[in-house]
Amino acid sequence: MKLVRRQKLLFICLIGFILAIVSALVLYALRQNISLFYSPYQIANGEVKVSQNIRVGGMVVPGSIVRSSSDLSVKFSITDYKSTIVVHYRGILPDLFREGQGIVAQGKIVDLENFNATSVLAKHDEKYMPPEVKGILDKSYAKK
Amino acid sequence: MIAEIGLFALLLALLFAFMLVIVPTLGIIFNKEDWQASVKIYVPLQFFFVALAYLALTVCFLTDDFTVSYVLMNSSKSLPLFYKICAVWGGHEGSMLLWVFILTLWMFAVNLFSKNLFFPLKIRVLIVLGLLSIGFILFIIITSNPYSRQFEILQTVGRDLNPLLQDPGFLFHPPMLYMGYVGFSVAFSFAIAALWLGRVESSWAKWTRPWTLAAWCFLTAGITLGSWWAYRELGWGGWWFWDPVENASFMPWIVGTALIHSLAVAEKREQFIAWTLLLAITAFSLSLVGTFLVRSGVLTSVHAFAVDPERGLYILIFLLVVIGGSLGLFALRAKSVVRVKNLNLISREAALLLNNVFLMVIMLTILMGTVYPLIIDGLGLGKLSVGAPYFNAVFIPLMIPLLILMGFGVQLNWQRDGFKRLYSVLGLVGLLSLFIPALLEIIITKSFNLNVYLGLVLAFWVLLSTLKTLLIRLKISGFMGISLAYLGMVIAHLGLSLTVIGITLSSGYGIESDVKMSPGEHIFFAGFDIRFVSESSLTGANYHGNRAHFMISSNGYEKSIFPEKRIYNVGNIPMTESAIDVSLFRDIYVALGEPINDDSWSVRFYYKPFVRFIWGGGFFIFFGGFLALVDSRYYLKGRKKNKLTFKAKI
Repeated sequence: MKLVRRQKLLFICLIGFILAIVSALVLYALRQNISLFYSPYQIANGEVKVSQNIRVGGMVVPGSIVRSSSDLSVKFSITDYKSTIVVHYRGILPDLFREGQGIVAQGKIVDLENFNATSVLAKHDEKYMPPEVKGILDKSYAKK
Repeated sequence: MIAEIGLFALLLALLFAFMLVIVPTLGIIFNKEDWQASVKIYVPLQFFFVALAYLALTVCFLTDDFTVSYVLMNSSKSLPLFYKICAVWGGHEGSMLLWVFILTLWMFAVNLFSKNLFFPLKIRVLIVLGLLSIGFILFIIITSNPYSRQFEILQTVGRDLNPLLQDPGFLFHPPMLYMGYVGFSVAFSFAIAALWLGRVESSWAKWTRPWTLAAWCFLTAGITLGSWWAYRELGWGGWWFWDPVENASFMPWIVGTALIHSLAVAEKREQFIAWTLLLAITAFSLSLVGTFLVRSGVLTSVHAFAVDPERGLYILIFLLVVIGGSLGLFALRAKSVVRVKNLNLISREAALLLNNVFLMVIMLTILMGTVYPLIIDGLGLGKLSVGAPYFNAVFIPLMIPLLILMGFGVQLNWQRDGFKRLYSVLGLVGLLSLFIPALLEIIITKSFNLNVYLGLVLAFWVLLSTLKTLLIRLKISGFMGISLAYLGMVIAHLGLSLTVIGITLSSGYGIESDVKMSPGEHIFFAGFDIRFVSESSLTGANYHGNRAHFMISSNGYEKSIFPEKRIYNVGNIPMTESAIDVSLFRDIYVALGEPINDDSWSVRFYYKPFVRFIWGGGFFIFFGGFLALVDSRYYLKGRKKNKLTFKAKI
């Protein structure tokens, strides 16, 4: 009987141990890997630190897309109709990336007007608007 | 007219679903045998009318009846016939109808194949399934009627099916996935029925096991197909994105995996009964949560086409009732089914218990990452997203102990085992799985990557240990002594190790390169000479675009592939059709980005070693499950035994 009890205790300790390690892991990973969404206006206001990994969203300003002639570097401006920020990106843009389209870019800011993107997202639907972008645009219009 | 017939058939199906629930329940209360036995009439009737409803919608698609708004939104005149049939489940309403159709198909199967199932259990199982079907049919009729008409847009060619979905992989992916999702409802109903009865017969696990295995097999196939489809269609070469919708299908799979393992203990040792019931409830609840996540539009993803709070509210209430109700029932009744037995730390039972603990913990961490943004948003603390790095950071460290455990688990005996025996069996296996990967890696790549080495060690540990147990079994009982269920276990475990090998090598030694190229240019990439030969224009049934010709050559090997950039006429949606030079040990993947300047394109190249192993392993896992499913012992012995219990009851 004692042996059984000891084994049970061992089991419970083991499971508790696993759970403790996992919770620590989850908390650590969550802290490292979440990215908050900001609008260009919030960035211009200085709400974002330079080292922070964030997402920024807005409409691609028509005529702002500039491609490099030698490689796949590209820069374009996105706006929430209050502030504008220039996004720098190197790589292939998504199929639905167009002027006037709502997009979301992930990366870090360089300064208040420049953003270095590691990825650019545009969804596969011509009518689709990223909900965050729609949210900030609605706000912009409501204030006008 | 056809659409109205469909709606009417669906209403009749709802009626029979109500009959299925009410009449036998009254039969149980008033103890009337023939009322209870009436389930066998209502189930086929309900199935017939749901099938008719589904057929009616398909006919609407085939005849291009654009007065039905759902057809208008998801089809077009120029859509090829094959995709018209698939387009039925291309949107929200139709996929819910497919869900209900599959649910009634499972009910029909349970009714058909359970003639000898302990009768009071059988009717309760079917009543619970009937209740679920009422919930879903009502959901369709109230919030998402696929048959509703519109008369504003008449001169039209239709809005066309989402181009992403116009792929052969799409034919099988959603139905397979739904067969799996919905299939867990059977295990769920068996669990609820057992709790309702207040006791678990010794054959309960034996009866539940094949149904669970069947659902789990379909889900495995569905997820594998989905990953393969994503690789070709949306992935730009990725095969898993930790997208919320992928997670929604992966979580029930993980719990389903835990469930088939704990069912093994429940069947062989009559232990973990309450735990098994809880897993069955959890697996189906997660399928429902998956539906909620995908269908309510709370998540933004490629899959989430519906944004409709009314639907969300309905599903949320439905979820609360089903999950809350079943967990409540479990809390009330679990005591009556608990059987306490001693558990040795070194035994197969203990290994399977640990397997379950790890799988549940993995599921919880994924659930956490998936709903965290929703919780934060719901609390008004800001909008954030949890990226793939989170999932990799928690998933991989948890897989390591699970794979180590797996190598031990397959060798352990039931009840009691010893360290000494394990050491004598697994000592060499352990040594080999440490040395072989190191040797292979150094000889073939002339380099050493620690992450790849670790992944390979784990894969080889599982691989060799599983082969060893097969050898031992062969020695003891000969070729004929090996049951299909056992062989299935071996194959599924080997499949997992293949998948681990594929994941490790393709992510460790994969090469990716984005370049700007124009026709006539060539690059050296991963030991291959790849030439952009030419570019031409392209016209398809419902799209136009560009088609490029790339020539891959190396040491006398030559292969031409043709990536495309399509623009779908309706909606003007661009789509990238990648081209892949496939072989067993490596893929070369070419995708056209966008045209730059006059004649150059941005082009993405991938070299992915062993990437096929990922889906090959998935197929092995599926096949292993299938072998275990057709093992005759679930049918012959189980039947005889049950006939006896049944007679004894009468």
